Amino acid sequence: MKNRNKPRLQDPIERGKNFNEVSLGFDEETAILEANRCIQCKKPFCMEGCPVSVNIPGFILQLRTKNFDEASKILKETNMLPAVCGRVCPQETQCESKCILGRKGESVAIGSLERFIGDYAIKNAKPKEIKNVAKGKVAIVGSGPAGLTCAADCRANGLDVTIFESLHEPGGVLTYGIPEFRLPINIVKSEIQSLKEIGVDIELNVVIGKTIFIEELLEEYDAIFLGSGAGLPIFLEMEGENLPGVYSANEYLTRVNLMGAYKKDSATPLVKGKVVAVVGAGNVAMDSARTALRLGAEKVMIVYRRSRKEMPARHEEIEHAEEEGIEFILLTNPVKILGKSHVEGMEVVKMDLGEEDEKGRRRPIPIEGSNYFIECDQVIMALGASPNPLIVNSCPELKTGRNGVLIVDENLETSIKNVFAGGDATSGSATVIQAMGAGRRAAKSIVERLKSK
Amino acid sequence: MKKYEILKKNKLYDNVHEYEIYAPLVAKNARPGQFIILRVDKDGERIPFTICGYDKKRGTIKILVQTLGYSTLKLSLKEEGDALEDFVGPLGIPTDLTKYENILLIGGGIGIAVIYPQVSFLHSIGKKVDVIIGARTRELLMYDEPIAKASKNLYMMTDDGSYGEKGFVTAKLEELLKTKTYDVVMTVGPVMMMKAVCDITKKANIKTIISMNSIMVDGTGMCGCCRVTVDGKTKYACVDGPEFDGHKVDFLEQRERGAYYKEQEQEAYCKLRKTLHQDHYC
Ligand SMILES: Cc1cc2nc3c(=O)[nH]c(=O)nc-3n(C[C@H](O)[C@H](O)[C@H](O)COP(=O)(O)OP(=O)(O)OC[C@H]3O[C@@H](n4cnc5c(N)ncnc54)[C@H](O)[C@@H]3O)c2cc1C
Ligand SMILES: Cc1cc2nc3c(=O)[nH]c(=O)nc-3n(C[C@H](O)[C@H](O)[C@H](O)COP(=O)(O)OP(=O)(O)OC[C@H]3O[C@@H](n4cnc5c(N)ncnc54)[C@H](O)[C@@H]3O)c2cc1C
Ligand code: SF4
Ligand code: SF4
Ligand code: FES
Repeated sequence: MKNRNKPRLQDPIERGKNFNEVSLGFDEETAILEANRCIQCKKPFCMEGCPVSVNIPGFILQLRTKNFDEASKILKETNMLPAVCGRVCPQETQCESKCILGRKGESVAIGSLERFIGDYAIKNAKPKEIKNVAKGKVAIVGSGPAGLTCAADCRANGLDVTIFESLHEPGGVLTYGIPEFRLPINIVKSEIQSLKEIGVDIELNVVIGKTIFIEELLEEYDAIFLGSGAGLPIFLEMEGENLPGVYSANEYLTRVNLMGAYKKDSATPLVKGKVVAVVGAGNVAMDSARTALRLGAEKVMIVYRRSRKEMPARHEEIEHAEEEGIEFILLTNPVKILGKSHVEGMEVVKMDLGEEDEKGRRRPIPIEGSNYFIECDQVIMALGASPNPLIVNSCPELKTGRNGVLIVDENLETSIKNVFAGGDATSGSATVIQAMGAGRRAAKSIVERLKSK
Repeated sequence: MKKYEILKKNKLYDNVHEYEIYAPLVAKNARPGQFIILRVDKDGERIPFTICGYDKKRGTIKILVQTLGYSTLKLSLKEEGDALEDFVGPLGIPTDLTKYENILLIGGGIGIAVIYPQVSFLHSIGKKVDVIIGARTRELLMYDEPIAKASKNLYMMTDDGSYGEKGFVTAKLEELLKTKTYDVVMTVGPVMMMKAVCDITKKANIKTIISMNSIMVDGTGMCGCCRVTVDGKTKYACVDGPEFDGHKVDFLEQRERGAYYKEQEQEAYCKLRKTLHQDHYC
């Protein structure tokens, strides 16, 4: 069996100093070589690993015969943003983990192939066809992947769609969270542009629950979709956490990505740390650590309470972070942050792994007396996020469950009739493709509802 | 009318301007005590200002801005007819002082801009309150006339004695408390002034509400930049506030947090002033 083709990467030392994309992706020749590795299974297990069941052998077949338009069409049937998912999906736990080739050797590089076609599709985009299946007005709250997908599908079925976004730029986490070196903002922008071209209206600077209330939206719109994400940062509630120099990953990444603090003349300030400790080991933590490095930090550490095996980030990001020189301090948890008027260091304790919890992950247990001090001048808390309670606080009829997630039925309808929800708002922090899948399912329910009217 | 157009710009003092901005969606649900966040231009930072007045019919919001640094200087260069890049709100929890009878409001510096709409709102529902306003010098003591009209008693203090009485607002507060009592005190101004007021009212056992001017980014609870420790717990000024029980706020922590970007702010400010040929202060 031939080895898997690897995408070209920027040199690790060089890329640690710039914000350009790390992975340069496949060129056409390599893409076709890689596509030829796929054995076109009759029963493609890879599709079972994809949360939206992309027709993987289908698009790969078209790719290798250079029918890129057809390949794009197949991808877009289930995945509106292939250029994004190809870059950010955790393929090694989703599609690629199930690929038959992975059993004996290396799986097909489905993500890189998807990215190749996604990029082609952006350059050769044709406006989506609009069918008059349903009639009515839909308000979409939030312009992250869930909201964008729901908007596209509702519009394609003939509905009038307005997206309300609280920030001054659309895109949700794709815009304010995931950094340029992993997902160039122009890709997100061109996808949003294509939505505008089919007549989706995007109203920025509108906070639903403050500027406009849900009950007001219900007077004007036939259905609402809440794709407000999980934007509330989690802190450890430990001593010293409010010292200047302690950032939430959300704040740090928002200052850099959305507000452009990495550019020389940005109006939004950011203090550039010399020695930066990032707490956590998910994608958010890797993004923060690698951003700190690119902003000129001399030393960046990932501090994580479990072991390498449990790190939730995409493998590729962990590898890339390591190549770039990020240090991993594993089985270690912060106890308190120290400093007089700003961060001077962090007291940590070593951890052991105990028994497995419900999810099968071994529980970390502090080792008594193993505390020690890590010197640093900045700490970034990347411990995940839960849904922001702002909308619910303004509309208590919306029922919520554990950690504030919105409760929905099998059609993704909330406890209020004609108000649907999906994405991180109903699942807690998850993935881009799951949010998109939810946006699509909700759109289906909305179209169904407004068809029968 | 353009979105976020400056319909009126009033120069109150050398470095204080009042703007009336066209933002009908914000005006529709605005209430006293809430704030907005704006961006002056495309690369601008997001900066918060208290809503000083609103006109639901005209669809406008009034804000009062003291030129302090880079972004407020940029804003001061905008004129009537210009439009701001972004303008979002109303944010934060509205104030409700209507349940109190004997109310004392204390504003210091630009904090007077926050006190003023409260005074006029309470006046409009038939409540007359006592007010102390204070500033470094006459130049900065704004809104004295309309506040005088809408309040029961107005006490004016300047550090240099150029107007009203010489001294700090706290001196006046201590003096008043010798003969009067209040159900509630609300104070807005520099962090250390609010702390000093709270130290006094705590001894006198008078409930005190403060308004926290934390540094903010999104203003919707997403970033945690505006963290304030209240009663040992972390709160977000943008969604849990901006008002808090002043006797429970960790003011010293706030002072440190507010100064984190000082160096960079100063640098950006000086650079902009140089390009505007106003660099004699840098
Ligand atoms: C730094 C970072 C890195 C990540 N990396 C990956 C990755 O590599 N791969 C992956 O699959 N996933 C990744 N994720 C997770 C992924 O981005 C999310 O699961 C996904 O974006 C969720 O989509 P969403 O549409 O539900 O919400 P979001 O993307 O969070 O969008 C919600 C939008 O709603 C807006 N909003 C919220 N409240 C209101 C309101 N009241 N009124 C109006 N608008 C509102 C918000 O401003 C936001 O724009 C990452 C997340 C972060 C933070
Ligand atoms: C809820 C809220 C309501 C506010 N209402 C008003 C208002 O009605 N009128 C008004 O003029 N200002 C108000 N402010 C303060 C205003 O947002 C800041 O003055 C402004 O952001 C300064 O921006 P700058 O770039 O011009 O100055 P910077 O260069 O950022 O700062 C200049 C100086 O001001 C200090 N400073 C910076 N940010 C703040 C802040 N958030 N609060 C206090 N001091 C700060 C800095 O430490 C520095 O010394 C409010 C702030 C908040 C959080
Ligand atoms: S959407 Fe994600 S999980 Fe599905 S096939 Fe594409 S890369 Fe794999
Ligand atoms: S499982 Fe692997 S080899 Fe089989 S169709 Fe899917 S990608 Fe191709
Ligand atoms: S300003 Fe971001 S959470 Fe308050």
